[in-house]
Amino acid sequence: MIAEIMKRGEIMELSGTEIIVESLKQEEVKVIFGIIGAAIMPLYDTFGKMKKLPFKNILTRHEQGAIHAADGYARATGEVGVCIATSGPGATNLVTGLANAYLDSVPLVAFTGQVPTDMVGNDALQEVDITGITLPITKNNYIARRVEDLASIIKEAFYIARSGRPGPVLIDLPKDIQQARCQFKYPDKVNREGYKPSYKGHVRQIKAAAKKIMEAKKPVIIAGGGIINANASEELQKVALKTNIPVVNTFMGLGSFPKNHPLSLGMLGMYGQYVANQTISSADLIIALGTRFDDRITGNLKQFCPHAELIHIDIDPAEIGKNIAVNIPIVGDLKYTLHQLNDYLTEKKNSSWLAEIKKIREKIIPQLEEKKGELKPKYIIKCINEFFKGEAIIVTDVGQHQMWAANYGQFMHPRTFVSSGGLGTMGFGLPAAIGAKFGCPKKPVVCISGDGSFQMNIQELATAIYNRLPIIVVLMNNGYLGMVRQLQELFCERRYVSTSLAGSPDFIKIVEGYGGVGFRVDKKEEFYPILEKAFQMNQFVLIDCQIPQEENTFPMVQPGSSINQMMGVDQS
Amino acid sequence: MKHTIAILVEDHPGVMARVAGLFTRRGFNIESIAVGPSEKTGISRMTIITSGDEKVLEQVTKQLNKLIDVIRVRDISPGNIIERELILVRVHTDSLPIRAEIIQLVEIFKAKVVYVERNTVTIELSGDEEKVSGFIKLLEPFGIIETVRTGRIAIARTKANGNA
Repeated sequence: MIAEIMKRGEIMELSGTEIIVESLKQEEVKVIFGIIGAAIMPLYDTFGKMKKLPFKNILTRHEQGAIHAADGYARATGEVGVCIATSGPGATNLVTGLANAYLDSVPLVAFTGQVPTDMVGNDALQEVDITGITLPITKNNYIARRVEDLASIIKEAFYIARSGRPGPVLIDLPKDIQQARCQFKYPDKVNREGYKPSYKGHVRQIKAAAKKIMEAKKPVIIAGGGIINANASEELQKVALKTNIPVVNTFMGLGSFPKNHPLSLGMLGMYGQYVANQTISSADLIIALGTRFDDRITGNLKQFCPHAELIHIDIDPAEIGKNIAVNIPIVGDLKYTLHQLNDYLTEKKNSSWLAEIKKIREKIIPQLEEKKGELKPKYIIKCINEFFKGEAIIVTDVGQHQMWAANYGQFMHPRTFVSSGGLGTMGFGLPAAIGAKFGCPKKPVVCISGDGSFQMNIQELATAIYNRLPIIVVLMNNGYLGMVRQLQELFCERRYVSTSLAGSPDFIKIVEGYGGVGFRVDKKEEFYPILEKAFQMNQFVLIDCQIPQEENTFPMVQPGSSINQMMGVDQS
Repeated sequence: MKHTIAILVEDHPGVMARVAGLFTRRGFNIESIAVGPSEKTGISRMTIITSGDEKVLEQVTKQLNKLIDVIRVRDISPGNIIERELILVRVHTDSLPIRAEIIQLVEIFKAKVVYVERNTVTIELSGDEEKVSGFIKLLEPFGIIETVRTGRIAIARTKANGNA
């Protein structure tokens, strides 16, 4: 109906909620995740009145589930994720999800209901100052005080969420503004004097960087999440292959460079790979692309890459020089800047450097093959690699299983590794997998989780199973909050305080209770056939993997140490 | 080291909280903050006096620039700037000779008496930090009842120094 009126070019008067629906349609939103409540009822009522809603409306079972689903959707597709919550507790339940998206630069727009404007500030039922609360964890936020402003606020919110360094934006919607009416026109563009992200890199700096790269004897590329956000994987590969520079990935950058490529050294950092950390530490030039030198990457800052000069390209000027001094800073979008950079580069062999790295690799003794029958995490990931060949979207929760997945997973394409990096949010996995599956229905989605994380948003089993999403959950069940248990083992003389998960439910029965299917695996040789079977069943399946209780994530860097001092490495 | 930071912001609700919040989060102390409308409608200018090392200041400046409502941030302290602060101060005047003495100080400092009661006098003064602090110091022995200060505002001396 609205579309017809618009076609006729008539000026039409819409309610606030109709404006929201129309605006979401203009932004080509395909799915929204949310939970209804009193203060957001007018919006849902408008959904109800429409003959055909232009997007899918998914009811989750908790607002945190809604925002993580929107987050998983955004990471898997590159489009803006959208979630909705009511006022008060609905809104505060989004807080963790907003912080999660903010730290990992994920484009989201969150709508929250609010009490009517004349009650704002009176501590009315289910009123919280959500714009105040989310100030430091959103890229921007708004409270719509006039219905006339609503269309431009939404336009701006989507633009800000997806442009520059992406991030979450929140719009608070007082109930009376949802119901008020005004003429609707969706703005064509956004013009904010204080927000002009620069996309093209400074040519003089790019030339200087190219010169350094050509001169360097031991160059390394650190490819971060910025490569994925900028859709710059192809450009990255062109640069690396032309100059034969080895590539290490940050956790957030996994998938931006194919892991099976000879130039790939895997993930660096605290739980990264030995070869990646050693290579970085003896490099003479580091080309850091879309990374923020998080403490989990650098280890002890003073001993980080002592011999290297640093080129840092990032779209966010505030990230350049924040933790590490930079020799050549370049502010710009990586797709543009790498394309620019590539023009100034010529082919290069780097043979002796690559030979040196090969020697580092050979020093590591391959870990002993697991005893027959014992189901080990590494083997589980190996099976997943073998079966899906890097073509599935791997979503993880947070903990040991996450590090196993990151280290051993064969990530071949961008947006196939969806995981909570900066905030480390347990409970992210299942809802994010739901979002990823809605975004990419044709791709297999595997959620690798742990018995601790999984219980933090276990209620989303209802969302996944009711919506018939064929997600495979691989639950690494060790009866512990394993990552912290490992730290207690290493640094607290095995005082396992509050890390035992005794009292956990029978996960198979839980899944069956929701209408899904579950299998328990405790022997090595059972896993692959069950995985195969789960995939063929094409429905929601949980595989409860009984892994050794005290399995550790090694190698690792002790907090405060230099990243080349790793423990748990078997060397010759 | 002390810095005078000039910030141009869009006059939106919450912008003060955003700016102040950033200072808190990065462990930067705000010594004074003055806000008022600029020459353009809808745009306000903030002057913030703060102290801290260069590296933290650079980070604060960059983070401030990331705020959507912030149009421009400049550290104008090293430049050639004019700084002013306005104060209102009420002082005891127990006797006529004391009142005369205070009024003499007012004249020397080119301040202004804005209100007189039988045993108090209220004075207005504007000037840079040195002048204002010096004046207050001289008034202290008479017994200051109340001091109100606006916080400093600053402007570059010439256009060549750039506007903030």
